[in-house]
Amino acid sequence: MAKKVKITINEVAVEIEAGTSILDAARQTGVIIPTLCYHKDLCVAGNCRVCVVEIVGQKRLSAACATPCEEGMDILTNSFKVRNSRKHIIELLLSEHNADCTRCYKNGNCELQKLASDYKIMTQDFIRLVPYKNYTIDQYSPSIIKDDSKCIRCQRCVRTCEELQGVNALTVAYKGDHMKISTFFEKPMNDVICTNCGQCINHCPTGALVERNYIEEVWEAIADKSVHVIVQTAPAVRIGLGEELGFPVGSRVTGKMVAALKRLGFDAVMDTDFSADLTIMEEGTELMVRLKKVLEDHDPTIMLPMATSCSPGWIKYIEHMYPGYLGHLSTCKSPQQMFGALAKTYYAKQRGLDPEKIVSVSIMPCTAKKFESNRPEMHDSGYRDVDYVLTTRELAIMIKQAGIDFMKLEDRPFDSLMGESTGAAVIFGATGGVMEAALRTVYELVTGREIPFENLNITPVRGMEGIKEASVKIESPLEQWAFLDGVELKCAVAHGLINAKTVMDSIAAGTSQYHFIEFMACPGGCLGGGGQPIPTNPEIRRKRAEAIYAEDEGMKLRKSHLNPEILKIYNDFLLKPMGVKSHDLLHTKYTARARF
Amino acid sequence: MGSVYQLKRVDFIFKDEKDWKVILKNSISRPAHELINELISSELKGRGGAGFPTGLKWKLTAEENDLVKYVICNADEGEPGTFKDREILSKVPLKVLTSMAVCGHVIRSNTGYIYLRGEYFFLQKDLNKAISEFEEYCREINFDFSIRIFMGSGAYICGEETALFESMEGKRGEPRNKPPFPSSYGYMGKPTVINNVETLAHTYTIFEYGAKRFYDLGVQYSRGSKLFSVSGDTPKPGIYELELGMSLFDFVEEFGDGDTKAVQVGGASGFLVPRKRFNETTIGFQGKLTGISLPTGGSMMLFNSSRSMYNVLDNYLEFFREESCGQCTPCRVGCQQLLNGIKAVKRGDKNAQYLDKLLRLTETMQNTAKCGLGQSVANSFSAIVENFREEMIY
Repeated sequence: MAKKVKITINEVAVEIEAGTSILDAARQTGVIIPTLCYHKDLCVAGNCRVCVVEIVGQKRLSAACATPCEEGMDILTNSFKVRNSRKHIIELLLSEHNADCTRCYKNGNCELQKLASDYKIMTQDFIRLVPYKNYTIDQYSPSIIKDDSKCIRCQRCVRTCEELQGVNALTVAYKGDHMKISTFFEKPMNDVICTNCGQCINHCPTGALVERNYIEEVWEAIADKSVHVIVQTAPAVRIGLGEELGFPVGSRVTGKMVAALKRLGFDAVMDTDFSADLTIMEEGTELMVRLKKVLEDHDPTIMLPMATSCSPGWIKYIEHMYPGYLGHLSTCKSPQQMFGALAKTYYAKQRGLDPEKIVSVSIMPCTAKKFESNRPEMHDSGYRDVDYVLTTRELAIMIKQAGIDFMKLEDRPFDSLMGESTGAAVIFGATGGVMEAALRTVYELVTGREIPFENLNITPVRGMEGIKEASVKIESPLEQWAFLDGVELKCAVAHGLINAKTVMDSIAAGTSQYHFIEFMACPGGCLGGGGQPIPTNPEIRRKRAEAIYAEDEGMKLRKSHLNPEILKIYNDFLLKPMGVKSHDLLHTKYTARARF
Repeated sequence: MGSVYQLKRVDFIFKDEKDWKVILKNSISRPAHELINELISSELKGRGGAGFPTGLKWKLTAEENDLVKYVICNADEGEPGTFKDREILSKVPLKVLTSMAVCGHVIRSNTGYIYLRGEYFFLQKDLNKAISEFEEYCREINFDFSIRIFMGSGAYICGEETALFESMEGKRGEPRNKPPFPSSYGYMGKPTVINNVETLAHTYTIFEYGAKRFYDLGVQYSRGSKLFSVSGDTPKPGIYELELGMSLFDFVEEFGDGDTKAVQVGGASGFLVPRKRFNETTIGFQGKLTGISLPTGGSMMLFNSSRSMYNVLDNYLEFFREESCGQCTPCRVGCQQLLNGIKAVKRGDKNAQYLDKLLRLTETMQNTAKCGLGQSVANSFSAIVENFREEMIY
């Protein structure tokens, strides 16, 4: 039992667990204290000072986020002194902020704008300090745009990049009036170790960090009657999109999303879930082959554990930080890029279309996918495999621009050929999902029996723990896999690059016992991706995960290898997993990158 | 007329340090609580400017149950107009080292650091020589204590104790949230005593002559002597050890050039006192005897009537605008607004009433800034704007 302290907040006596911050105590008692630099995902900084409160008897005000409650504290959150100071601080922030709101990408979803609106800051007493001379917007990254004139120096992005991701691409430079958020040697964002994960965007309270959007380019393609525009939607989009369009967090809007995409004018609406199932076939087979080569053939060139390769943020991270360990990565492309390569080959052929006249668009919960689609090796179809990547947020903007009343849409199904999927694919959107999907298929292919977890729910790999472990003992496998008899297949799941770092360090130290590891760059996996609706926090991610697993439970098919369109594509086109065609279209290679 | 407390020169700090071995040996043979009580009864307060009771600081840290603790000497002397620590470290470094070791004995720490201001690089060589001599003696008497110099890089903010820890830890020198305080969570998250150079020199005096000799100097709430760095419009700039509690009137009588218009007490972050208040102002810590009592890190800058107080303020604000670490809003943006604001008033772009808005802004800065830097900008700003308003406008 934790110690309790008695305090009063706005003259109401309450008992609070000792050590609780004044901010949390206030929230528990229904008192709202505004914040800016505070974020549930991050350590307390206490630097914006918007949350200052008065502790009676103390000369100065205290930051509610950074001050623990102590016995007998008499706290005022709305005294004359507090109100004046808070207003001053908001005014100061506005004076250094490029408050060109109507032309800002974050217009309507900006925490500073909301504060200014709540406190009705109508005057401009202070001298405007922005836009300053000679500043440029960093637009070099294909994923992230950084506009310092909108930055309020709350350092949420810096803490995100350090604490959640362990990347430290964004740091603080200079001091005083020159203090700014910058990169190593102030290089552009495309030239540093940034993984393009976009978590900084998700945690930025203003429009200083936003995704590079391709909305106009996609509208243009849709308007061009000479091209065939196809779109794929990632698993996590269907459980996030609703948040941007008036649904509560955790709403599943798959059918409405498909209907909206059709209304927008896409010629075919298909599903990344299809290629997620395909990924399981390829990656699962790759794992079995690797296990055979290591355990039976004792081939020293094959590396275990095998690491998943679906998350482009993770890929860029390992390329920068562990370039000597790229051999651990599965050679499978991400589902987005598998889909892209097939769209301009298999799909074009089946539909009798000229691949040159296909524009391939993807809707992703991710900003790193924008970078991924830009990688030079992603042209295996002979064309650029994925032309435009939009985030969940960008799709919501298009739906609003088109005047679609999303709430009233009737559910529509995906188009065929690459639109069918299983529950195994949808859980790709949550941390542990790729692992769970792979295990469902691999176990069954090896043993001929269903994996022994109740209702196929492999619960040890679910949940929001940073690093999760699971092991499955393989008993009496099919003859072909006899060498696996009695082998305990050891797996791990890491999400958030700071956790990936821990796992990679254990591999580098030679202490890792795993066979197979799922890595996702973002906290919570794709459902917490850098392209998902803002805000994000642990509670929101938990609700989105519930929605993902509910979607899985509701699917008729829940194992990738049973997807009829997957069976068809292997029958008609690819012939077999890890075959020649697969090798050409669905697998890739990685590039060692320097840290600096 | 001047106050009853006449200006009294004292000579403790720069008195020779040849007995340091004896003092070290005697002190570390005494139990910790006795030394703490000695310091507490001397009523020595931190000489860096903030004035926290030194004995209490040692006591709180001694009470922490941690196997690793640190003693840090804050030699990041960056306050404009202060140059006393440099003198101490070059003239009587062994006094400082001795006090650090005694502190180590009191709080059970065997590691000391001197955080030396980047611009004092030239002191490093001699100081290291003194440290070698000191450590050798420690080994001789089987006393486990080592001292290392950590060079700062020139940021004013790193003189703030928690920013100093961050800097030592290899991070950006930004003040931390308090609590926790250094006594429980300091350098590397360990209990740490951090004392100003001069404070440590005074503890040496106290261990040498006993608390009473020290206590007998000064006045209530402000015991002992203090080094003053006297500069500006004075015929005799330099460093003087004076008894605390003197009136500013007496001080100006002694050091002024006959035309003193104002004195800046405690550097840019301190207080500006106009001539009309010399009489009622005493130099010492909180606890008013008569009139205003001003704490100080020791910088005394005298201005005569040839000086434009607008230029003085402009200069301070430029300093703060640049030396703010930039993390908290009131300080980072506030300093820019104050500087741009007085320039705008001077140019005529803003009317004189804008100065009142800026004064209210300084109140907010004082109430909400994260550390002493942002909080203290108000001190000189309000004094200059209130007392020399016409110089701000015309």
